[in-house]
Formats: sequence, C-alpha cells, structure tokens
Amino acid sequence: MVGGPALARGTSMADGLLLSMRGIDKRFAGIPALTDASLEVEPGEVHALIGQNGAGKSTMIKVLTGYHRRDDGDVAFDGKPFEVSSPQQAQAGGISTIYQEINLVPLRSVTENICLGRETRRMGLLDWRAMHAEAERLLGRFRVKVDVRRPLMDFSTATQQMVAIARAIGFSARLVIMDEPTSSLDEQEVAVLFNVIRQLRADGVSVIFVSHKLDELYEVCDRVTIMRDGRTVRTARMTEISKLELVSQMLGRDVAKTEGQTTSFSRPAQASDGEVVLEGRSLAAGQSVHDVSFRLRRGEIASFAGLLGAGRTETARLIFGADHPRAGGLSLDGKGFTPAHPRDAIAAGFGFVSEDRKLEGIVPEMSVAENMTLALLPRISRNGVVDEKRQREVVNHFIKELGIKCSGPGQRIRELSGGNQQKVLLARWLAMDPKLLILDEPTRGIDVGAKGEIQRLIRSLADSGLTVLMISSELEEVAEGADRVFVLREGRTVAEFAGDEISEDRILAAMAQGHITHEDPTR
Amino acid sequence: MNRAHLARLVGTYGVLIALVALILFGWLRYENFLSPFNVTTVVRYNSMFALVALGMCFVIMTGGIDLSVGSTAALGSVAAALSSHFGIIPGIAAGIGVGVLVGAINGLLVTRANIMPFVATLCTLLAASGSALLLSGQTSVPVSSTSGFISIGTGALWIVPIPTAVALIAYALGSLVLNYTATGRTVLAIGGNEDASRLMGLPVARVIFLVYLTSGALAGLAGVLLAALGYAGQPTEGVGWELFAIAAVVVGGTLLTGGSGSVITTLAGVLLLGILFNVLNFENGEGWITLSAAWQSVVRGLFLLAVILLQASLTRSPQKKKV
Repeated sequence: MVGGPALARGTSMADGLLLSMRGIDKRFAGIPALTDASLEVEPGEVHALIGQNGAGKSTMIKVLTGYHRRDDGDVAFDGKPFEVSSPQQAQAGGISTIYQEINLVPLRSVTENICLGRETRRMGLLDWRAMHAEAERLLGRFRVKVDVRRPLMDFSTATQQMVAIARAIGFSARLVIMDEPTSSLDEQEVAVLFNVIRQLRADGVSVIFVSHKLDELYEVCDRVTIMRDGRTVRTARMTEISKLELVSQMLGRDVAKTEGQTTSFSRPAQASDGEVVLEGRSLAAGQSVHDVSFRLRRGEIASFAGLLGAGRTETARLIFGADHPRAGGLSLDGKGFTPAHPRDAIAAGFGFVSEDRKLEGIVPEMSVAENMTLALLPRISRNGVVDEKRQREVVNHFIKELGIKCSGPGQRIRELSGGNQQKVLLARWLAMDPKLLILDEPTRGIDVGAKGEIQRLIRSLADSGLTVLMISSELEEVAEGADRVFVLREGRTVAEFAGDEISEDRILAAMAQGHITHEDPTR
Repeated sequence: MNRAHLARLVGTYGVLIALVALILFGWLRYENFLSPFNVTTVVRYNSMFALVALGMCFVIMTGGIDLSVGSTAALGSVAAALSSHFGIIPGIAAGIGVGVLVGAINGLLVTRANIMPFVATLCTLLAASGSALLLSGQTSVPVSSTSGFISIGTGALWIVPIPTAVALIAYALGSLVLNYTATGRTVLAIGGNEDASRLMGLPVARVIFLVYLTSGALAGLAGVLLAALGYAGQPTEGVGWELFAIAAVVVGGTLLTGGSGSVITTLAGVLLLGILFNVLNFENGEGWITLSAAWQSVVRGLFLLAVILLQASLTRSPQKKKV
C-alpha cells in the first residue's frame, strides 16, 4: 500500500491541465445554480475558488465529486473524461474532499479514520500493526505525532483536519478539495495547515482551496477562480489580481462604474446625531470575532458590512446574548450590558430577525397570528391564559400597518410568500415595542417588489426613532440604506462611514484591503 | 487518566467486575449456586438470549435497533418444530431461514425504503408474531421426537451444553468480525457518523443490510434452540426478548447511539442479567424475602438504570483538554 501521491505524469494530458471543467450547467427545479461555469486546475497548484453565498462554489464542487449530476458540460481529469456519481467514486478516481465540518468518525481511532476503506490484511484479517504504522507514517509527513490508537475525538480540530488530509493522501489523491479549512483553526494551526498544503504542492498534488479570508488566499494560493451568480467571472494568477479587484469581481460591483439607485432605500443627507444607544468595545469571541467596536445611535440604520466570515452575524449574536464575548464589552445607554441569554436582550428591548427564516424564525405550521405573537405571549396573558382580544388587536394592527398579504390572521404562515413571512417576523418584534432591532439579511430570498417594501419599512421604523442594525451581503443595500456603516474584515472593525461618506467604492476598498484608501479606488 | 479514558474503562470492564462480584455473592450466599446443575441450567437457557443479544449488539453499534428479534425467534421455533419432522438439518435450516428472511426484510426497509429502524422493525415484530401464530395454528407445535432434534437442546459437548457451545462459537466469530475485519470496523464507523462514513466511501448500505440480516439469522437460531429446549415451537414466546437484549447490550457498555461497543462485554451483560435473575430465585428460596415475578422485574429495571446512570455520568463529562 503506497501512500505517496502519484506525480503528475503528463504526456497524455491535453493542455497540461489536471482538472478541466467546462461549460457546466446545473439547474435545481428549473432554477439555474450553474450556468456555463468553468474551473481549470493545473498539476501541483493551489487554486483558490471564491464567491459569495449562492455564487455556485459548493454546487461546482458537488458536481465535480459526483454529489450532483450536471445538466451539461464536460469534466476532464488527468486528460480523461471524469464521470462519477458519488464521492466514493471521485475518491477512487483521485479526488478527495475535506469538508468544512470534518467528516470523520470521532469515536473511532485515528488509524481507522485514516485507513478504513483500504485496510491492510493478513490472512484475511485486519493487520492492526501495519495499519497503525501506515497512519503514523502518513501523519509523520506533516510532522504530526499522535497516538493513532486513540479515538479521533481526543484531538484538536487542527489535528483532526490533518487526519482528514492524511486519509486523502493515503488514497493517493491527486486533487484535494478543501472547503473553508481554516474556519475553525487558530493562527498557529493555520500556519501548520499551510505548510501541509505547500508540502502537498511540492509532491505534485493539486489543491482547490475555498476560503473567504483574502489574506490567506494570497499567502498560499497560486491562482484564483472567482464565481458569481453561477458563472465563472474570472480566473487569474494571485500575483496579477489586487484584493480590490478580487472583491469587486466577487460582488459584481464594477469599481470604475457608478450606478444609479438600485434599492428602495432613501437616506437623509445629514448623518444622524442621535444619542448612542448601544456601544460595543473591542469585542472578541470564538474564531471569527477578534476586535469589533461600534456605536449604534437612536433613530438610525447602522450596518455591518463585510465578506462572509468577517464576523457580522457572530457580532450580532453577541449583542443579542446568544453568545458571550471572551474580551471587550457592551454598554447600553451608557451603562455596562452583559446579556447572559437572549432573554436578557429581549428584556432590554432588543429584537433579532435572523438570517435563516426557515430555521430560526417561523413555525411553519402555525398561523400568522400565532407566529406574530409568540414572543409577546407572556405580555398579553393573564395567569397563563392568552387574552385573545388583545392578541387579535395586535395582529390586525400589524397586518394593516405592514401591509401583510394574507387571507387572515388564521392563515398558516408557510402559505405566505417570503416577503410576507419576513413582515410577520418583523411584526413579532415590533409588537414588543423594541428600541433596537437587529436584522440579519432582511431581504434575502425575497422577490424584488417585496424587497422594496421591506426596505421602505425599515427606513420608516428608523425615522420613528427605532435603532436598526442591518446586516446584508448586498452591497447596494448597505451603501444606499444605512446611515452608518461599520466595515468588518476578518473579525475586526476596519472602517466606519457615516452619511455622505458612505459609498460602495469606499466600503469595497475597506472590505478588500482592511484600511481606507483616500485615493481613487479605481486606480 | 482523564474522565473519558475512565469512562471507556468502566464501559469495558465495569460489567465484568459486576459479573464477578455477583457470582462471588451467589457462591458465598447460596449453597448450590455453583453446582453443576445450576451452572449448566443457567448457561443453557441464557444461550438463546445471548444469540439474540449478539445480533442486537451489531445493530446497535450501527446506531440502529432491532425490535423484531423476539417474535422472529418465536417464528423460528415454529418453523424449526414443523420442519424437524424431516430431520435435524431441515429443522435447523428452517429456523435460521425464517430469521434470515425477517432480517433481510428489516435490512431492505432500513436501507432501501429509508424507514427508521425503530419503525421498520416494529412492523416486522408484529408481522413475524402474527406469522408464527398462523403457521402454528395458534398453539405450540411439538418437535419430532425421533429425528434427534431434541438433542440440540439436551446434548452436550463434553461438559458444555450444545446451546452454550453454539452461543460461544457465535460470540467468538462475532468478536473476530468486529475487531479484525473491515466490515466490523465499518459497523462502528457507521454508528459513529453515518454521513461521514458515506463520504469516506465506505459501503454503508451494504453493511447496515448485513447487520439486520445477521440479527435476524441469530434470532432464528435462537428460535431453533427455543424449540429444542422446550420440545415445541412456541408462537407466543419471545415477548420482551428484544428488551432483554437491548438491556444486555447497554449494560455491556455499547453506546445506544452507536459507534462504540464490544461483543465480549455484551456476553457479560447477558450473563449479568441472567445470573441476577438466578440470584433472585435463590434469594426467594432462602425464605428471607419473597420476590414475586413482578418485583423481580422491578429489581432488574432498577439495576439496569443504575448501570446506565453510571455510564452516562461518566461519558457526559465536559470535553476534556485536547492534544
């Protein structure tokens, strides 16, 4: 059993590519996820694959590894057509994937996790001694020394990742796909991982590296493919593309071109100067928030801008008491505020409309009225019995106020459109008479018309004195809607813009480079 | 030594220690506890449960459950009794055969129809139980007295009763399969993380199917022993066997969620529960207390709970320092 990767032996390979995916089409229920997408990887290169949520990266990888069947297009690996219908077959064909959540078996030993599927046998029975030695040898290549007999769960995430890579190498992988491998690693562990990646490259193994951390891409990758809206928009050498270009290609914002208003937001010309409601000072938590500071003022829409993984949602969760900071602190109306639980945040007058309506927001089988008054129930109940008259009043008020289109308060919420579901969720918190409303991706998955309505609604809420913290991946929504923008980059606030200072170019530059450039960003 | 390590040790050796302690207790307290008659009786009758528990052990290690083993054994005993008139081999083959059939149906329901094991095997429990009644005409079916079938139950190899020998061989093979074959390790990997196992390219569906097939076959074999030991196919026997088997597996330190377990400690679990029953009987004979069957059941339940609480308190320990 030879674990060493086969070196690229390439005379038969057309144009010297290890992997070539061309003209890939993939539709889900008629909706295109990939349109004429392409990806080409050379032997022994580390290739970055980047794009926003929904850009098609994962679909592309899943098409490659046989998880999804493509509708059209050609895939060639090592110069030969590559047709697989399962990750197992892809693995046998030389393509291994290391997933974001490490997909190994924590209860089983390191050896089993590395060797299962290609065991060493003697007289038909497993040869444990040889398998342990094999596992140790593979890990030793990355200078990882552990007791391979112990269960995987005894080891750190970084070590588990090394085990996953060792498994891939053991299967003679010639292409290793790493899906956000650094998202749960600390800096030292990242450095070790990068050494492993360089070692793989030196051995002639290619790596597809998916990450949102720009600095990492420049540190370890040779080339990059940028995807947007299911298409491949650019492939370039890392040395030939600036961070700003990278980000603007990814977001589809042409830095040279200024466009007209694209959202239904309007912003008062003057930056508001309401009193500070909530202040965050140098917050740090988990692996994705390192140093985030902000001041949210009364009656304004503040926004966190940043790439995926910049720490936006994670910071919002700290504010709402769903997670706890390891450093830094919050103050509310000038007084220290340490919410231990979302209950505390709600009691303080906060509302949170989460990013994932289906998962964390609506109860699909319950009615509009029930969904709307879930959080309010304690307040409109007496001795545990709901005051149905109050409930009806509240529900009818908001259905009218927010223009929720439904057959009546009794209609089941799952029958409503995304926009109307979102309005019900907004109403849920508005009924609590909040002073701070956190909206995570408030217009995601909502059709254009309803989007405009929601955006106008958010503005009018702010105008009536509510503080709104809006998180959005849509740059124009942030640039046109917010009174104040905090740009987060890899867990740190790197810029703050208010009022007329806010522009897409400036936000982009801060997201890409981590500092504010005062020169013309097109240059 | 950290808590996780300790938990593993308790899971592995705890049941053995408890077993030895219980045997010592019985030996010191009751005159005839270790008499050849008592010992062979205990190991002869518990061999049926041991076979069922072995199959259950593999099923549980994949993270599944097989509720149908008891009624499969009943059906197996009826089939064996009916076929015993054609000879000893047809009798054995029929018993195992119906077990394989039920097991195969379970396996297909779980792997192909994607029905939860609990529900799938609940359905086959009812179906097998009904089939046993239909096949037997709702009464016990005498086995052939001339074909030698009865010697399966009464015979012995040297001093080891044949049922016990059968169980011991099955456990030896089970241990070998679990520890020294890829299939055995895949069983554990599936229970540890089924999605990951699939992504690791392991033959998940095939192994799950095999595990239910094996459980069915072993239940059928237990049915053969049941018919031979009771001189009849018994369509209404086997009620609650699945619970006994699950209890033995859990007491043996196998995680009910799958991914970790041992064949040998499952055998110890069977013996522990079986001997506990035996000890309670002896205690009744002493005349100090009188435990009705109902109270014996309560005592066994509490004992099981105590063991499980001990395991849970050790395995639920907070994540320890990682390397």
